[in-house]
Amino acid sequence: MALTKTRFGYRRHPDQDRAGANIADHAIVVVGAGPVGLSLAIDLAQRGQSVVLLDDADRIGEGSRAICFSKRSLEFWDRLGIGQRMVDKGVVWSVGKIFHGEQQLYQFNLLPEQGHKRPAFINLQQFYAEAYLVDRVGELPGIDLRWRNKVTALEPRNDHVALTIQTPDGPYRLNAQYVIACDGARSSLRQMVGAEFAGQVFEDQFLIADVKMTAAFPTERWFWFDPPFHAGRSALLHKQPDDIWRIDLQLNRFADPAIEKLPENVRPRIARMLGHDKFDFEWISLYKFQCRRMNKFIHGRVIFAGDSAHQVSPFGARGANSGLEDAENLAWKLDRVLRGTSPEALLESYHIERSAAADENIRESTRSTDFMAPNSHQEARLRKAVLSLAKETEFGKRMVNGGRLSTPSVYATPLSTADGDSWRGGPRPGASMLDAPVAGERGEPMFLTEAFIKSGTRFTLLEFSNGAAAEVPEGLGAIRIGGDGGLVDSAGLAAARYDAKPGTAYLLRPDGYVAARFRHPTGPVLDAALALASGIN
Amino acid sequence: MALSTASNFAKPDDAFRAIVEAHRGLSDEQSADLDAALVLILANHIGDLDVLNEAIALAKRRMLDASEQQQQQQQQ
Repeated sequence: MALTKTRFGYRRHPDQDRAGANIADHAIVVVGAGPVGLSLAIDLAQRGQSVVLLDDADRIGEGSRAICFSKRSLEFWDRLGIGQRMVDKGVVWSVGKIFHGEQQLYQFNLLPEQGHKRPAFINLQQFYAEAYLVDRVGELPGIDLRWRNKVTALEPRNDHVALTIQTPDGPYRLNAQYVIACDGARSSLRQMVGAEFAGQVFEDQFLIADVKMTAAFPTERWFWFDPPFHAGRSALLHKQPDDIWRIDLQLNRFADPAIEKLPENVRPRIARMLGHDKFDFEWISLYKFQCRRMNKFIHGRVIFAGDSAHQVSPFGARGANSGLEDAENLAWKLDRVLRGTSPEALLESYHIERSAAADENIRESTRSTDFMAPNSHQEARLRKAVLSLAKETEFGKRMVNGGRLSTPSVYATPLSTADGDSWRGGPRPGASMLDAPVAGERGEPMFLTEAFIKSGTRFTLLEFSNGAAAEVPEGLGAIRIGGDGGLVDSAGLAAARYDAKPGTAYLLRPDGYVAARFRHPTGPVLDAALALASGIN
Repeated sequence: MALSTASNFAKPDDAFRAIVEAHRGLSDEQSADLDAALVLILANHIGDLDVLNEAIALAKRRMLDASEQQQQQQQQ
């Protein structure tokens, strides 16, 4: 297989020579160097924190695995300095088509408007994403990435967590103020804290094949119900970089994985789908999925993020993307708590916001899965009715569920200040900021998401000018649109997307979510909103 | 808006008849298919999730009552 398999050497660390009362103390230990752990470590390091990042393997995982990265994830990766590299390599897409039999039922466009820096989605093999993230880690002195370091024991103390770590040179110990478990769906840290991970297991099996071929299919997501080449079941076709195509075929629940995975059995299925057999296999995997989450994402000083905390079915691209949203949500909060600028209670909002997001992702992906694999004769009958109605009615098309793709959650959170003024649009408190094209001081085109990065990815006031600049509390970043020295909103899209009038101001959190918004902010209301969003009350 | 359980048709017999006739000549399987489509079409026409949930609750309550009656009869 022609995979980019990047291996990394184990290197002995001086911490391993320390024992007893002399063992090393670290502020943050992140366990698991997958997309979530790597991104979290980078975000924390860019905020000035020192991070020890442990991984039990010595290389990036095989197979493409996660392939769809959302606009929100790309905007996060822009803040980490690697968004462009991901987009340059990735396959950009925004259109999906749904077929029933041979007939196209409908198509959707996930980003039908212009004026955004990032597309709705890119497809990129997870191993590329991880390789680019590892490269970025190498540029940051704050991250100490240790391969073949496996956490084997965890002891919670009042003010730290004591970890025992196994290496090729034997075990060693270290202490961490906070441990962030990004160690995946089979998280061993989750078992160490004794947390349950209950949920729903789906019996239907799905076959994933990544095949290499040159083909003229457009870069769209194609989903079939009951296609002629795979009668009675569903199929998905999606393009990745390097002429790799992701094919996902639903199998029956009694299929034997060992037999179904054999290339000689997969080949005829794919050949029927493509109408030829001029392709090579890159990766074949068979999976069942589960939808479940931990009750609590925070266990004392051990905090769970990504698949270790929640698992969804893959239809909807809600796995890796929600893990990345966990990372961007946690990084700034942990940074503030460690600096002492916010109380430890701020971390609880991570659980509140991200567990609600996990519930939403589980709900959406469960609905998609149930639609693809009905649980009873009557469910199958209702689905049949929807598919047949979709041929001639708009509402039928909208009910066809071939996966609802990940969009950022809107948080109902104690960090938000409720709207006091009247709004007809714009992102409400708890929603993520919207992008828009603007121009800088010298007329250079740029995007609002870039202006946010320039202002320091911290609490930032986005203000639509109304004479003199608003008084901004100390330490706050400022983005000013219009007025002297402000950004120019020549197309008026920023104002339209934020329902702005002169004087309108949005308080953005360091993760780019809206904390509060005001028609005419005053110093005291901004101070109060900032305190609330910082967990100080 | 709440679920209306007042009699809304000027001639309720006509409405009942229309549904009955739609099922004439169909097998049970075909009838079930027809009902499934009809429920979805009418639910969309109502377009109000609260009303739909009330209607589902009302329909389910009939079923529970029926099964309770059956149990009582069996006990007698």
